[in-house]
Amino acid sequence: MTAEQHRTITLVVNGATHQVDLPVRRLLSDAIRHDLGLTGTHVGCEHGVCGACTVLLDGRPVRSCLLFAVGADGAAITTVEGLAAADGTRHPVQQAFTECHALQCGFCTPGFLTTIAAALEDNPDPSEEEATEIISGNLCRCTGYQNIKAAVLRAAELKRVDR
Amino acid sequence: MKPAAFTYHAPESVAEALQILADVGDDGKVLAGGQSLVPILNMRLAAPANLVDINRVAGLSTVDASATAVTVGATARHADVERHEVAYGVQPLLRRALRLVAHPAIRNRGTTCGSLAHADPAGEMTAVLALTGGTVRISSAAGQRDVGAEEFFVGPLECCLRPGELLESAMFPAFERGTGSAFVEVARRHGDYALCGVTAAVTVVAGTVSAARAAYISVGPTPLLLDLTDAVAGQPVATADWTAAGRLAQSRVSPEADIHATVSYRRHLVGVLTARALAEAAAR
Repeated sequence: MTAEQHRTITLVVNGATHQVDLPVRRLLSDAIRHDLGLTGTHVGCEHGVCGACTVLLDGRPVRSCLLFAVGADGAAITTVEGLAAADGTRHPVQQAFTECHALQCGFCTPGFLTTIAAALEDNPDPSEEEATEIISGNLCRCTGYQNIKAAVLRAAELKRVDR
Repeated sequence: MKPAAFTYHAPESVAEALQILADVGDDGKVLAGGQSLVPILNMRLAAPANLVDINRVAGLSTVDASATAVTVGATARHADVERHEVAYGVQPLLRRALRLVAHPAIRNRGTTCGSLAHADPAGEMTAVLALTGGTVRISSAAGQRDVGAEEFFVGPLECCLRPGELLESAMFPAFERGTGSAFVEVARRHGDYALCGVTAAVTVVAGTVSAARAAYISVGPTPLLLDLTDAVAGQPVATADWTAAGRLAQSRVSPEADIHATVSYRRHLVGVLTARALAEAAAR
């Protein structure tokens, strides 16, 4: 058995450039957490069902547990740590989650926040039905989803006021 | 839940990809979107020695819509096809079906060609290829061949791709004039694998039904294409007996039971969803 194949890649996460040497089989979710120490991205099911590990890859939400880190070489990645402003001001989606009590245990929250933040860039004024569709790919075992849906609509409102 | 070690290849041209695939033979897998493959690797249901990542291959991410067909490259994401306005105009069934494929975050990464190559009997796009009479283009270091759905889908999770071959693109023809289409399915949750799914195309000439066809997922090992014209031919579209077409379809399927649905429930769904899909298609 020969030594496991490694590659040195560049991960651009929340605007910061990191050079890392890692095994080619390293999942992006594990690279973000273990190699970069950004533990805001949570790992739930590791087969693409729960949505907890969702990050933005070049602005689009994707499951980081279904990507190899080597596949994200050079791409722009946004994790939940990259949502708030540099001075700590919450992102409108984070503010809305606080106001609407859209989380309880918080495990699924990073995936919801990144998913909703990207969806509101695409559709700044979602209907209730569209809000349900936006969060349909993420699992939450605490809230029953109603408060998360309310937070989607509230975040859209906050973003409009911001402008 | 971590994949076994593999050798990673990241070709940048089709020629390079085909050479690597020829070299690794039957111990290599093509990685495109990875939305079906990576879960399988994470769960170690598969552990190929070589992974050939085609995401950096130039020229494969295109969605081309001509007047008569939509051609989708191997690394074009479901989301790119779904949002493509010209493609929607040429073959609207693509967008309708893609809205039923998993969830937006999966469609952002998953590829339409990849889901065809995965050949899941519950995969919506397999039925779309069958119903539209589309073909896939298969390339290897030795040459190229175009294959239709009937030959391409061999069994559950099995297509006719041989070691060393790459599914380079898929071509979905437009329907003939006067044809409407629909895709309906029943799943336990939206975005889940369907217990039964039906995509239908109905051609109407001067207010009269001239052709009715449907393709089915989750009721057989491969997408099943049925011509249901006999049940409704010549009937005025407003009063056509779609239920009779549903009964005809029921007599032609032999679904299997699993933990999600019994044989009789699946057969029931075939009848109800056929009538619903045909009526919806006829109204478009």
